[in-house]
Amino acid sequence: MDAPLRLISTNPLDQLAKTIEALLVVASAPLTPAELADAANDDVERVEAALGLVGERYREGRSGIVLEQVAGGWAFRASREAAEACSRLFEKPAQRNLSQASLETLAIVAYLGPCSRPDIARIRGVAADSAVANLLERGLIAEAGRSEDAGAIRYRTTPLFERIFGLESLSALPRLDDIGESTDEIRERLHAVAEQRTA
Amino acid sequence: MIVRELELDLDAFEGPFDLLLTLVLKDELDLRDLDVAGIVLAFLERLADHDRLDLEACGEFLVLISALLELKARGLFPDEAAELAELEPEEAAEELARRLAEYRRMKEAAQWLRDRLDSEGDRFFRLGPAPLAPKVEQPLAPQDANRLADVLRFLAKEPAQVSLAHMALRFPPVAQFLDRFRAVLKKRSRIDFESEMTDLTRVEQAVAFLALLELRRNGEVTIEQAAPFAPIRISRTDVEREDSWTLRSA
Repeated sequence: MDAPLRLISTNPLDQLAKTIEALLVVASAPLTPAELADAANDDVERVEAALGLVGERYREGRSGIVLEQVAGGWAFRASREAAEACSRLFEKPAQRNLSQASLETLAIVAYLGPCSRPDIARIRGVAADSAVANLLERGLIAEAGRSEDAGAIRYRTTPLFERIFGLESLSALPRLDDIGESTDEIRERLHAVAEQRTA
Repeated sequence: MIVRELELDLDAFEGPFDLLLTLVLKDELDLRDLDVAGIVLAFLERLADHDRLDLEACGEFLVLISALLELKARGLFPDEAAELAELEPEEAAEELARRLAEYRRMKEAAQWLRDRLDSEGDRFFRLGPAPLAPKVEQPLAPQDANRLADVLRFLAKEPAQVSLAHMALRFPPVAQFLDRFRAVLKKRSRIDFESEMTDLTRVEQAVAFLALLELRRNGEVTIEQAAPFAPIRISRTDVEREDSWTLRSA
């Protein structure tokens, strides 16, 4: 067998947990278990086990720093107890004063992305240019190639979006199929109008 | 105020509103290039010139501009119009319902994001650019130490001093030319500036000209030039006086 010998016992789990702690404190974006394993020169299963240890140490209520799984990786953030103090010192430029138009556009990109400006305009019924530019500047969405048919630039949400909204990934967004009744109402009303016109 | 005579100055069109409408109706002006907001602004500016609100003009304008807007909107979605026109009323209603439902879902999603932002408002975390990835080292092939020494020797050599001698301007004293002009004028009453300058450098010519101006200031000479770039003629002042006397006496 050519499995590296170091995995047997020379590096106990709590030692690996310290390394992971160090990597996460230096990182400015969430790190995946694979990235942590690469940097720590260890394997992913052991990194995940060690993340459990680190998470136990840095959990809400126990420490001012909290380990969380967010945006497809692991990252430290400030505890909620410290939020007020943080808000006195730090700005939140990415999410401050998000307009209704920007939020709707963000929702469309998050649920249907990657999608282009024409796609967004089709759903919202108005041009999406300024909302898209605004979200790009805030770093909440980013370019993601071009559409195959018309070649329009398509957009997707960024890891920053997931982090700000506290999402482990985009699949953590709630399903929207549940709001069905209102759709049927609209449909019935339109059918009634159509019948009147054909009569 | 007559709406049809409203003067417009737009990127795509310049002239009266009336002509614009004619061109649009004849398909000679593409509505897609037309800034309708610009027309509204022009109308509002004109409206502001009058003290009383001209309701008749406003009404007429509203009708015309909404017709223009509808034409433009249709022009912007040609495929969609055809697509929807082909649909039966039931299908069109179905399509419209689908779109409205989709928009409503997105509005709900936006509301969820808004609520989420409020509930997660106390999240603070480090924001910054992604840390630098380790640079890939590109090892050099084995090198000859003598070549390195040669290059270093070449770089260590003191560069040759660059001579600036040709840049220095040496100005001869003005007095030298004052004396020279006075000497020449003592022998001849009239001289030609250019013919005196033939063997001089540019800088000397400039100083000579300064000397000439100095003589003129002292009233020792008069200077004449028939036209720009024509020869400059210098005469001794006392000679001129004799001339004028001769002329008058003749």
